[in-house]
Amino acid sequence: MKSAPFTYHRPTSETELGELLLAHDGAKLLAGGQSLLAMMNLRYVQPDHVIDLAALAHLKGVMLVNNLAVVGAMTTQAQLMTDTVISAHCPLMVGALRHVGHRQTRSRGTLGGSLCHLDPAAELPAVALCHDAVLEIVSASGRRDVGIEDWFIAYMTPALGEGEYLSRIRLASKPKGHGWGFREFARRQGDFALAGAACLLIVDDEQRISDARAVVFGVETRPRRLSAVEAALIGSAPSAALFARLTSETRALEAVDDAYASGAYRRRLGGVMLGQALTDAARRATGGLA
Amino acid sequence: MSDIRSIRLNVNGVYHEFLAESRTHLADALRKHLGLTGTHLGCEHGVCGACTILADGQPVRACLILAVQAQEMRIVTIEGLAATDKTHPVQDAMAACGGLQCGFCTPGVVASLVALLEEDPVRSREDIREAVSGHLCRCTGYQGMVDAGVKAAAMMQADR
Repeated sequence: MKSAPFTYHRPTSETELGELLLAHDGAKLLAGGQSLLAMMNLRYVQPDHVIDLAALAHLKGVMLVNNLAVVGAMTTQAQLMTDTVISAHCPLMVGALRHVGHRQTRSRGTLGGSLCHLDPAAELPAVALCHDAVLEIVSASGRRDVGIEDWFIAYMTPALGEGEYLSRIRLASKPKGHGWGFREFARRQGDFALAGAACLLIVDDEQRISDARAVVFGVETRPRRLSAVEAALIGSAPSAALFARLTSETRALEAVDDAYASGAYRRRLGGVMLGQALTDAARRATGGLA
Repeated sequence: MSDIRSIRLNVNGVYHEFLAESRTHLADALRKHLGLTGTHLGCEHGVCGACTILADGQPVRACLILAVQAQEMRIVTIEGLAATDKTHPVQDAMAACGGLQCGFCTPGVVASLVALLEEDPVRSREDIREAVSGHLCRCTGYQGMVDAGVKAAAMMQADR
């Protein structure tokens, strides 16, 4: 249960980081280490070089720019939970963070780390989908933006090439008065969820849903935005009957079967979580549940 | 290709310098290089919570941080909480409420409760349950340690 040997690097500038990435193929970037160091201790991962991002101040903190919450990839989950920009513009994230690991891991774990690790049951990638996240990727050859839908390449594999790193995440701010819901089921507090759902609802003055995001996670190998659910929500009045009907929309998902739960159970549970999250979101939205 | 380096740590208010491989995690550094065996090691992948210590006042898993990363942090271990002749209110409450039995998980649980209550001693029973949920205890059934958290919170509020 000890990591294999590696060489440790701690760049203090973007230039130095760029040089290290060029010099060491297959180097692992270390963010908060709450997944990577565990995987290294278990020797699932045995990198020759580890590049610690901790000394790069420009990767930390949250700013509000043009109605976007711009989050440095190295901002810790504990910091996000108490950040004023995040609470005002992305309250769904604060709700989700209560389920991310434990206090003892949120103190080190980061948003960027979670998005790059990409566990199928992770909460933060689902939040990123709800908030139309754009990921700013940097490499020696420049910068590029990746939309969150294009980020999921395969099981636990983000669209991050050799020599690239995630620097910032831009989250779209939703209008004041929007409602959010976040539900997951795990056997114990802090465990990865067997299934969960995150959603946002914007309800207009006529009590109609004008915009919606509905995401389930922990069911498939990646969090999934449910476009059919969103289409059914938009234009409708929020109601318990509508939400109950939409819970069946998770039946067509390609669910993961494993030792903890069958695919059929995950699909069903994902639907239940979706119904509960929608109900919470409607209750929180200005206008409320009809 | 072992990457051996000189590591300087501030632990319980004292600076220590030693040579270790960069792969050495903080819990091993505390136990093997500094002889501070009050920090226990269970799973070594961040699940059991036994190795929880305080880094700059925050509870962290000492198995999921490298010693080389912890050089600029103020580390406090269970030895540091009781360094003076007076135990911490959380320690007193754990003893009074039967919050421990075999003691393996206890240093980590105490660290988590100290972090929670020193940040703000006004905490609900639910907050305390959530804080200790990051620890596996196979003896107590947790009720004693939750009671201890509630009692320590009251003691620390009275002391303010």
